[in-house]
Amino acid sequence: MPSNKSVSDAPITQFINCRILRDHKLQRDDLWVREGKILNPEKLFFDEQGYADERVDCEGSIIAPGFIDVQINGGHGVDFSQASDDAGSGVSFVAQKILEHGVTSFCPTLVTSPADVYHKVLPQVKVHDGGRHGAGVLGLHLEGPFISVEKKGAHPEQFLRTFRSGAGSLDDLMEAYGSLDNVAMVTLAPELSGSQSAVRELCRRGVAVSLGHSVANLSQAEDAVRSGASFITHLFNAMLPFHHRDPGIVGLLTSDQVPAGRTVYYGMIADGIHTNPAALRLVLVTDAIAAMGLPPGRHTLGQQVIEIQGLHAYVAGTKTLSGSIATMDECVRHFKQASGCSVEEALEAASLHPAQLLGVSHKKGNLDYGSDADLTLLDDGLNVRATYISGEEVWRKGS
Amino acid sequence: MKLIILDDYDQASEWAAKYIRNKILLFHPGPDRYFTMGLPTGSTPLGCYKKLIEFYKNGEISFQYVKTFNMDEYVGLPRDHPESYHSFMWNNFFKHIDIKAENTHILDGNAADLQAECQAFEDKITAAGGIELFVGGIGPDGHIAFNEPGSSLVSRTRVKTLAKDTIIANARFFDGDLSKVPTMALTVGVGTVMDAKEVMILITGAHKAFALYKAIEEGVNHMWTVSAFQQHPQTVFVCDEDATLELRVKTVKYFKGMMYVHNKLVETHPLDAKKN
Repeated sequence: MPSNKSVSDAPITQFINCRILRDHKLQRDDLWVREGKILNPEKLFFDEQGYADERVDCEGSIIAPGFIDVQINGGHGVDFSQASDDAGSGVSFVAQKILEHGVTSFCPTLVTSPADVYHKVLPQVKVHDGGRHGAGVLGLHLEGPFISVEKKGAHPEQFLRTFRSGAGSLDDLMEAYGSLDNVAMVTLAPELSGSQSAVRELCRRGVAVSLGHSVANLSQAEDAVRSGASFITHLFNAMLPFHHRDPGIVGLLTSDQVPAGRTVYYGMIADGIHTNPAALRLVLVTDAIAAMGLPPGRHTLGQQVIEIQGLHAYVAGTKTLSGSIATMDECVRHFKQASGCSVEEALEAASLHPAQLLGVSHKKGNLDYGSDADLTLLDDGLNVRATYISGEEVWRKGS
Repeated sequence: MKLIILDDYDQASEWAAKYIRNKILLFHPGPDRYFTMGLPTGSTPLGCYKKLIEFYKNGEISFQYVKTFNMDEYVGLPRDHPESYHSFMWNNFFKHIDIKAENTHILDGNAADLQAECQAFEDKITAAGGIELFVGGIGPDGHIAFNEPGSSLVSRTRVKTLAKDTIIANARFFDGDLSKVPTMALTVGVGTVMDAKEVMILITGAHKAFALYKAIEEGVNHMWTVSAFQQHPQTVFVCDEDATLELRVKTVKYFKGMMYVHNKLVETHPLDAKKN
């Protein structure tokens, strides 16, 4: 069927027999797509007198916005924090593999590494759109090296850095990373001296700042938020526990010092947490490492050797947790089951919230008209059936 | 005139939908032969639309060769406002069926020249060969479309100022704020509807009982514009028990006694539809 050509020649696809996640609710409705964007069918009908060229029967699937993973260190044997000449192809390989987890965009994450790793890897990873070749790259997430020694977790101590007093913090950032061109997010510890000006420098350049691996007290965390920080990296892990006299970074969840109109999101590797109103700011992350998608054994995470025992990833020979081997769809299922939250809340924690955090919710993380048609089709058990990027099918179960 | 009395709203809606379904099937619409319908908005026809959608989804009918003409639309309300009749028709009917946009006609309440828009609407109905079946609802004051009490019974499509009662009744759709309710509308005239080959009026609920009484038991009167259809050769009123509360027992008994005849009109798969 030819669609009306007055506005666009592009074919129109109508997803039928589905429930779509819109306005925080699953609704029985069709989803219309043209030129990789979600189309308002009412305008199409009345303004263009157009109709669908193709119909896709979703067989009762849920259609959620494609998942966005803002913290993933690697997978399927690829460790993004390795100084490799083909780091770019490693990212592409993982990008392709995570399509089956419903992930349509991600932030390849580097743990604390020596400067030569950053200088080698960063120029090889560019922000780019997703497609058949794999999930889109929204930019890198650099977790460290400006973090706390006390809360270093699996990050190697010898490569941690501080901001030199007197020098501009930008110099320190550039010396460590080499470039910020394709960086979407930096995790740092706000108690480091000079960190507040680093937060401002990063935010000015459109890089989201996350707080983590830190022993900051609440007022230091609040200062960082006032300077522009908007995220907490894997809440509760690698930070001081909530204490009634100083609630630390965790205290940001209930802080009244967050400037009006601003929201502090927090990441969680979904295992065994409880839902509460703060879940509206929850961002699910996998924090997956190279071992994700592989059988148990020894793998690397940057400069560390990691041992996989069951579902746990430890720094070899220790009981220090280091990332996870979870996939995003597993995290969504686990989060829903463990917290008892609604399907909508679980799905939005993996789509809408990371998009809001990164400031891309005008085109990603929702199914509003005009947004990118990045879609995850799921069954009622939240198992991924198919993944679409820009309206194009990029993965389908069993095909 | 036929008066169809069903137990409740759901049954009345289903009866009306089946009647429309059979009309379309018996007409044998095709590329050179479109079935033309007039359509109402409002809460009364919702159940009927739901049933028609069901029939479409079951494969019983198609709207591929159906042309529709809506009765009315507010003036000055953005087309994509949730209370516009465009939005109503899209959300409650058009988006669920296989009708083509080019075959649907709704008055444009934002047209630069409203009078020209009304004339163009009349011309489109004429060009489509007139209307086979005009489906309508009425207000508690007996108005059909926006032909408020006192409207001429030979009126054509035109701009109308809404009666205070109608504006108050509609305020519930506009946050209860009278100032937000449109005060003017474009509407087909009583004469426009009278020109249809057949007219079906849906009336349900006790609050419409007095209007039904005025429509069929009193004389033709422009203060109850729906009463004009007493003069129409093919009118069917479909109502529920509640809407008959003001009618005479004798009237109700007479028409209920004929239900076994009238129900033949809504039997599944009318015979001669199959034959051809």
